Amino acid sequence: MAVEMKDGAVRTPVQANPMRWGRLIAWIGLAGLLLLLFFGLLKAQKGQMKVGEKAPDFKLTTFEGKTYTLADLKGKVVVLNIWASWCKPCEEEAPYLETAWRYYQPQGQVVFLGVAWTDTDKKSFEYLDKFSITYPNGPDLGTRIYQAYRATGVPETYIIDPDGVLVYVKISPFSGPAEIQQAVDKALGK
Amino acid sequence: MKKKIWLSCLLALTLGLILIGAAAAQEATPPPTITDDQVNAIASQMYCPVCENTPLDVCPTQACAEWRELIRDELAQGWSEQEIKDYFVQRFGARVLATPPATGLNWLVYVIPPIAFLAGAFLLYKALVSFRRPEPQSTAEAMTPEMSDDPYIERIEEELRRQ
Repeated sequence: MAVEMKDGAVRTPVQANPMRWGRLIAWIGLAGLLLLLFFGLLKAQKGQMKVGEKAPDFKLTTFEGKTYTLADLKGKVVVLNIWASWCKPCEEEAPYLETAWRYYQPQGQVVFLGVAWTDTDKKSFEYLDKFSITYPNGPDLGTRIYQAYRATGVPETYIIDPDGVLVYVKISPFSGPAEIQQAVDKALGK
Repeated sequence: MKKKIWLSCLLALTLGLILIGAAAAQEATPPPTITDDQVNAIASQMYCPVCENTPLDVCPTQACAEWRELIRDELAQGWSEQEIKDYFVQRFGARVLATPPATGLNWLVYVIPPIAFLAGAFLLYKALVSFRRPEPQSTAEAMTPEMSDDPYIERIEEELRRQ
Protein backbone atom coordinates (compact mmCIF):
# COMPACT_ATOMS: atom_id res chain seq x y z
CA MET A 1 0.00 0.00 0.00
CA ALA A 2 1.38 3.42 -1.01
CA VAL A 3 1.90 6.10 1.68
CA GLU A 4 2.23 9.80 0.96
CA MET A 5 4.97 11.47 2.96
CA LYS A 6 5.05 15.04 4.33
CA ASP A 7 7.30 16.22 1.54
CA GLY A 8 4.78 14.97 -0.98
CA ALA A 9 6.80 11.93 -2.01
CA VAL A 10 4.95 8.67 -2.26
CA ARG A 11 6.68 5.57 -0.86
CA THR A 12 5.67 1.97 -0.43
CA PRO A 13 6.56 0.42 2.96
CA VAL A 14 9.27 -2.25 2.95
CA GLN A 15 7.65 -5.67 3.08
CA ALA A 16 9.20 -8.87 4.42
CA ASN A 17 10.33 -10.93 1.47
CA PRO A 18 9.86 -14.67 2.15
CA MET A 19 12.19 -15.53 -0.73
CA ARG A 20 14.99 -13.54 0.92
CA TRP A 21 14.53 -15.43 4.21
CA GLY A 22 14.44 -18.75 2.37
CA ARG A 23 17.72 -17.96 0.66
CA LEU A 24 19.31 -16.90 3.94
CA ILE A 25 18.25 -20.12 5.67
CA ALA A 26 19.50 -22.20 2.73
CA TRP A 27 22.91 -20.49 2.83
CA ILE A 28 23.18 -20.94 6.61
CA GLY A 29 22.27 -24.63 6.25
CA LEU A 30 24.82 -25.09 3.49
CA ALA A 31 27.50 -23.35 5.55
CA GLY A 32 26.69 -25.62 8.51
CA LEU A 33 26.99 -28.72 6.36
CA LEU A 34 30.31 -27.56 4.93
CA LEU A 35 31.58 -26.95 8.46
CA LEU A 36 30.57 -30.47 9.50
CA LEU A 37 32.28 -31.86 6.44
CA PHE A 38 35.38 -29.83 7.20
CA PHE A 39 35.66 -31.05 10.78
CA GLY A 40 34.93 -34.63 9.68
CA LEU A 41 37.75 -34.50 7.14
CA LEU A 42 40.05 -32.85 9.67
CA LYS A 43 39.41 -35.70 12.11
CA ALA A 44 39.92 -38.32 9.40
CA GLN A 45 43.19 -36.74 8.32
CA LYS A 46 44.66 -36.73 11.81
CA GLY A 47 46.03 -40.19 11.13
CA GLN A 48 47.64 -42.39 13.74
CA MET A 49 48.51 -41.16 17.21
CA LYS A 50 52.03 -39.91 17.57
CA VAL A 51 54.58 -40.11 20.35
CA GLY A 52 54.40 -37.00 22.53
CA GLU A 53 50.63 -36.63 22.22
CA LYS A 54 48.47 -36.62 25.33
CA ALA A 55 46.93 -40.09 25.57
CA PRO A 56 43.12 -40.00 25.46
CA ASP A 57 41.39 -41.12 28.61
CA PHE A 58 39.57 -44.44 28.40
CA LYS A 59 37.40 -46.71 30.47
CA LEU A 60 37.99 -50.44 30.29
CA THR A 61 35.81 -52.88 32.19
CA THR A 62 37.55 -56.22 32.29
CA PHE A 63 35.93 -59.60 31.70
CA GLU A 64 36.04 -60.02 35.49
CA GLY A 65 34.14 -56.77 35.99
CA LYS A 66 36.92 -54.49 37.27
CA THR A 67 37.05 -51.01 35.73
CA TYR A 68 40.22 -49.16 34.78
CA THR A 69 40.50 -45.59 33.54
CA LEU A 70 43.65 -43.83 32.39
CA ALA A 71 42.99 -41.02 34.86
CA ASP A 72 43.03 -43.54 37.74
CA LEU A 73 46.33 -44.98 36.52
CA LYS A 74 48.18 -41.66 36.61
CA GLY A 75 51.63 -42.17 38.08
CA LYS A 76 52.03 -45.59 36.47
CA VAL A 77 53.22 -46.69 33.06
CA VAL A 78 50.33 -48.14 31.06
CA VAL A 79 50.80 -50.70 28.29
CA LEU A 80 47.57 -50.71 26.29
CA ASN A 81 47.39 -53.58 23.82
CA ILE A 82 44.53 -53.84 21.33
CA TRP A 83 43.98 -57.36 19.99
CA ALA A 84 41.41 -59.77 18.58
CA SER A 85 41.14 -63.54 18.85
CA TRP A 86 40.91 -63.96 15.06
CA CYS A 87 44.10 -61.95 14.49
CA LYS A 88 47.11 -64.16 13.75
CA PRO A 89 49.79 -61.49 14.38
CA CYS A 90 48.18 -60.94 17.82
CA GLU A 91 48.91 -64.58 18.60
CA GLU A 92 52.57 -64.00 17.76
CA GLU A 93 53.02 -61.31 20.38
CA ALA A 94 50.66 -62.65 23.06
CA PRO A 95 53.35 -64.75 24.83
CA TYR A 96 55.81 -61.82 24.71
CA LEU A 97 53.33 -59.49 26.37
CA GLU A 98 52.62 -62.05 29.10
CA THR A 99 56.35 -62.55 29.72
CA ALA A 100 56.90 -58.80 29.98
CA TRP A 101 53.90 -58.44 32.31
CA ARG A 102 55.26 -61.12 34.64
CA TYR A 103 58.59 -59.30 34.68
CA TYR A 104 57.08 -55.92 35.69
CA GLN A 105 54.14 -57.08 37.82
CA PRO A 106 56.05 -57.44 41.15
CA GLN A 107 57.31 -53.83 40.99
CA GLY A 108 53.76 -52.42 40.69
CA GLN A 109 54.84 -49.48 38.53
CA VAL A 110 53.52 -50.83 35.25
CA VAL A 111 49.99 -51.86 34.28
CA PHE A 112 49.30 -54.02 31.24
CA LEU A 113 45.78 -53.83 29.81
CA GLY A 114 44.42 -55.93 26.96
CA VAL A 115 41.58 -54.58 24.86
CA ALA A 116 39.60 -57.15 22.85
CA TRP A 117 38.38 -55.42 19.70
CA THR A 118 35.25 -56.65 17.85
CA ASP A 119 35.58 -60.00 19.58
CA THR A 120 32.95 -62.31 21.02
CA ASP A 121 33.38 -63.22 24.70
CA LYS A 122 33.59 -66.93 23.93
CA LYS A 123 36.48 -66.49 21.51
CA SER A 124 38.21 -63.97 23.79
CA PHE A 125 38.20 -66.45 26.69
CA GLU A 126 39.58 -69.20 24.44
CA TYR A 127 42.38 -66.86 23.34
CA LEU A 128 43.24 -65.78 26.90
CA ASP A 129 43.30 -69.43 28.03
CA LYS A 130 45.39 -70.51 25.07
CA PHE A 131 48.17 -68.04 25.91
CA SER A 132 47.70 -68.18 29.72
CA ILE A 133 47.30 -64.42 29.84
CA THR A 134 47.05 -63.11 33.39
CA TYR A 135 47.05 -59.32 32.97
CA PRO A 136 43.63 -57.58 32.90
CA ASN A 137 41.69 -57.84 29.66
CA GLY A 138 38.29 -56.58 28.62
CA PRO A 139 36.08 -55.91 25.62
CA ASP A 140 36.28 -52.59 23.79
CA LEU A 141 32.64 -51.61 24.33
CA GLY A 142 31.34 -49.67 21.35
CA THR A 143 34.93 -49.79 19.94
CA ARG A 144 35.43 -46.52 21.85
CA ILE A 145 39.05 -47.15 22.85
CA TYR A 146 39.95 -48.18 19.31
CA GLN A 147 38.45 -44.96 17.97
CA ALA A 148 39.89 -42.72 20.68
CA TYR A 149 43.39 -44.00 19.91
CA ARG A 150 42.72 -43.74 16.16
CA ALA A 151 43.82 -47.34 15.78
CA THR A 152 44.02 -48.74 12.27
CA GLY A 153 43.93 -52.47 12.97
CA VAL A 154 45.19 -55.13 15.35
CA PRO A 155 47.53 -55.64 17.05
CA GLU A 156 48.41 -52.13 18.16
CA THR A 157 50.12 -51.22 21.44
CA TYR A 158 50.34 -47.84 23.13
CA ILE A 159 52.73 -47.20 26.00
CA ILE A 160 51.80 -44.24 28.17
CA ASP A 161 54.15 -42.65 30.69
CA PRO A 162 53.17 -41.78 34.30
CA ASP A 163 52.11 -38.27 33.17
CA GLY A 164 49.66 -39.62 30.62
CA VAL A 165 51.81 -38.87 27.57
CA LEU A 166 52.18 -41.38 24.77
CA VAL A 167 55.82 -42.49 24.63
CA TYR A 168 55.65 -45.53 22.33
CA VAL A 169 53.34 -46.69 19.56
CA LYS A 170 53.61 -50.13 18.01
CA ILE A 171 51.50 -50.76 14.90
CA SER A 172 52.46 -54.43 14.45
CA PRO A 173 53.33 -57.34 16.72
CA PHE A 174 56.34 -57.03 19.05
CA SER A 175 59.35 -59.05 17.98
CA GLY A 176 60.01 -60.29 21.52
CA PRO A 177 59.84 -59.44 25.24
CA ALA A 178 63.08 -57.44 24.92
CA GLU A 179 61.43 -54.92 22.60
CA ILE A 180 58.59 -54.44 25.09
CA GLN A 181 60.99 -54.09 28.02
CA GLN A 182 63.07 -51.52 26.18
CA ALA A 183 59.99 -49.38 25.51
CA VAL A 184 58.60 -49.75 29.04
CA ASP A 185 61.98 -48.96 30.64
CA LYS A 186 62.12 -45.78 28.57
CA ALA A 187 58.66 -44.84 29.84
CA LEU A 188 59.83 -45.52 33.40
CA GLY A 189 62.77 -43.17 32.79
CA LYS A 190 65.39 -45.91 33.19
CA MET B 1 -10.38 -112.64 39.21
CA LYS B 2 -6.64 -113.32 39.33
CA LYS B 3 -6.46 -112.69 35.60
CA LYS B 4 -8.16 -109.32 36.01
CA ILE B 5 -5.63 -108.25 38.65
CA TRP B 6 -2.76 -109.23 36.37
CA LEU B 7 -4.28 -107.30 33.50
CA SER B 8 -4.76 -104.22 35.69
CA CYS B 9 -1.15 -104.40 36.87
CA LEU B 10 0.08 -104.74 33.31
CA LEU B 11 -2.02 -101.79 32.18
CA ALA B 12 -0.77 -99.63 35.07
CA LEU B 13 2.83 -100.60 34.31
CA THR B 14 2.43 -99.76 30.63
CA LEU B 15 0.84 -96.39 31.43
CA GLY B 16 3.59 -95.64 33.94
CA LEU B 17 6.31 -96.44 31.42
CA ILE B 18 4.64 -94.25 28.79
CA LEU B 19 4.43 -91.31 31.24
CA ILE B 20 8.06 -91.72 32.35
CA GLY B 21 9.16 -91.91 28.73
CA ALA B 22 7.24 -88.76 27.83
CA ALA B 23 8.75 -86.87 30.79
CA ALA B 24 12.26 -88.01 29.86
CA ALA B 25 11.68 -86.97 26.26
CA GLN B 26 10.57 -83.53 27.43
CA GLU B 27 13.66 -83.09 29.59
CA ALA B 28 16.00 -84.10 26.80
CA THR B 29 14.44 -81.77 24.20
CA PRO B 30 17.33 -80.52 22.09
CA PRO B 31 17.77 -76.76 21.69
CA PRO B 32 15.87 -75.32 18.72
CA THR B 33 17.74 -75.61 15.46
CA ILE B 34 18.52 -72.18 14.09
CA THR B 35 18.83 -72.12 10.32
CA ASP B 36 21.32 -70.05 8.35
CA ASP B 37 18.39 -68.12 6.87
CA GLN B 38 17.27 -67.05 10.35
CA VAL B 39 20.81 -65.94 11.20
CA ASN B 40 21.30 -64.16 7.88
CA ALA B 41 17.98 -62.33 8.16
CA ILE B 42 19.52 -60.42 11.07
CA ALA B 43 23.12 -60.46 9.84
CA SER B 44 22.09 -58.80 6.56
CA GLN B 45 21.13 -55.71 8.58
CA MET B 46 24.61 -55.39 10.07
CA TYR B 47 28.17 -54.61 9.09
CA CYS B 48 31.29 -55.50 11.06
CA PRO B 49 33.95 -52.79 11.55
CA VAL B 50 36.68 -55.11 10.23
CA CYS B 51 35.26 -55.17 6.69
CA GLU B 52 33.21 -51.99 6.58
CA ASN B 53 31.53 -52.28 3.20
CA THR B 54 30.49 -55.92 3.31
CA PRO B 55 27.21 -56.93 4.99
CA LEU B 56 27.67 -59.40 7.82
CA ASP B 57 25.66 -62.17 6.12
CA VAL B 58 28.06 -62.41 3.16
CA CYS B 59 31.35 -61.34 4.76
CA PRO B 60 33.89 -64.19 4.48
CA THR B 61 36.24 -63.17 7.32
CA GLN B 62 36.65 -65.17 10.51
CA ALA B 63 35.56 -62.21 12.63
CA CYS B 64 32.22 -62.05 10.78
CA ALA B 65 31.77 -65.83 10.99
CA GLU B 66 32.15 -65.52 14.77
CA TRP B 67 29.58 -62.73 14.87
CA ARG B 68 27.12 -64.88 12.91
CA GLU B 69 27.71 -67.71 15.41
CA LEU B 70 26.96 -65.25 18.20
CA ILE B 71 23.67 -64.34 16.51
CA ARG B 72 22.86 -68.07 16.20
CA ASP B 73 23.57 -68.63 19.92
CA GLU B 74 21.43 -65.66 20.91
CA LEU B 75 18.54 -66.80 18.70
CA ALA B 76 18.80 -70.27 20.26
CA GLN B 77 18.50 -68.64 23.67
CA GLY B 78 15.25 -67.03 22.54
CA TRP B 79 16.48 -63.48 21.99
CA SER B 80 14.39 -61.28 19.71
CA GLU B 81 15.82 -59.51 16.65
CA GLN B 82 15.74 -56.17 18.46
CA GLU B 83 17.48 -57.61 21.54
CA ILE B 84 20.26 -58.98 19.35
CA LYS B 85 20.69 -55.65 17.54
CA ASP B 86 20.73 -53.76 20.84
CA TYR B 87 23.41 -56.11 22.18
CA PHE B 88 25.59 -55.64 19.11
CA VAL B 89 25.22 -51.85 19.29
CA GLN B 90 26.11 -51.81 22.99
CA ARG B 91 29.03 -54.12 22.39
CA PHE B 92 30.44 -52.97 19.07
CA GLY B 93 28.94 -49.52 18.51
CA ALA B 94 26.08 -48.12 16.41
CA ARG B 95 28.15 -48.35 13.26
CA VAL B 96 27.37 -52.09 13.07
CA LEU B 97 23.83 -51.24 11.97
CA ALA B 98 23.11 -50.91 8.27
CA THR B 99 20.48 -48.29 9.13
CA PRO B 100 21.94 -45.82 11.62
CA PRO B 101 19.65 -44.77 14.46
CA ALA B 102 18.24 -41.24 14.08
CA THR B 103 20.13 -39.79 17.03
CA GLY B 104 22.82 -37.12 17.32
CA LEU B 105 24.19 -36.03 13.97
CA ASN B 106 22.77 -39.19 12.37
CA TRP B 107 19.40 -37.50 11.90
CA LEU B 108 21.00 -35.34 9.20
CA VAL B 109 21.19 -38.49 7.07
CA TYR B 110 17.40 -38.69 7.13
CA VAL B 111 16.63 -34.96 6.87
CA ILE B 112 19.08 -33.67 4.26
CA PRO B 113 18.08 -35.84 1.25
CA PRO B 114 14.36 -34.87 1.25
CA ILE B 115 15.22 -31.20 1.90
CA ALA B 116 17.77 -31.21 -0.92
CA PHE B 117 15.24 -32.90 -3.21
CA LEU B 118 12.51 -30.36 -2.41
CA ALA B 119 14.93 -27.43 -2.82
CA GLY B 120 16.09 -28.82 -6.16
CA ALA B 121 12.50 -29.28 -7.34
CA PHE B 122 11.67 -25.70 -6.31
CA LEU B 123 14.69 -24.27 -8.13
CA LEU B 124 13.85 -26.30 -11.23
CA TYR B 125 10.28 -25.03 -11.13
CA LYS B 126 11.47 -21.41 -10.81
CA ALA B 127 13.91 -21.87 -13.69
CA LEU B 128 11.23 -23.40 -15.95
CA VAL B 129 8.78 -20.60 -15.19
CA SER B 130 11.37 -17.91 -15.94
CA PHE B 131 12.30 -19.65 -19.23
CA ARG B 132 8.69 -19.81 -20.34
CA ARG B 133 7.61 -16.25 -19.39
CA PRO B 134 10.32 -13.62 -19.60
CA GLU B 135 9.85 -10.89 -17.00
CA PRO B 136 8.30 -7.74 -18.44
CA GLN B 137 10.57 -4.73 -18.41
CA SER B 138 9.56 -2.08 -15.93
CA THR B 139 8.31 1.22 -17.27
CA ALA B 140 11.34 3.03 -15.94
CA GLU B 141 13.71 0.57 -17.64
CA ALA B 142 11.68 0.69 -20.85
CA MET B 143 11.93 4.44 -21.07
CA THR B 144 14.68 5.89 -23.17
CA PRO B 145 16.96 8.45 -21.53
CA GLU B 146 15.33 11.16 -23.68
CA MET B 147 11.86 10.20 -22.39
CA SER B 148 12.85 10.19 -18.74
CA ASP B 149 14.33 13.65 -19.10
CA ASP B 150 11.15 15.00 -20.65
CA PRO B 151 9.43 17.31 -18.05
CA TYR B 152 6.03 16.54 -19.55
CA ILE B 153 6.40 12.80 -19.04
CA GLU B 154 7.79 13.49 -15.61
CA ARG B 155 4.63 15.37 -14.70
CA ILE B 156 2.39 12.58 -16.02
CA GLU B 157 4.36 10.11 -13.95
CA GLU B 158 3.95 12.30 -10.88
CA GLU B 159 0.21 12.57 -11.40
CA LEU B 160 -0.09 8.84 -11.83
CA ARG B 161 1.78 8.27 -8.59
CA ARG B 162 -0.52 10.67 -6.73
CA GLN B 163 -3.56 8.67 -7.86
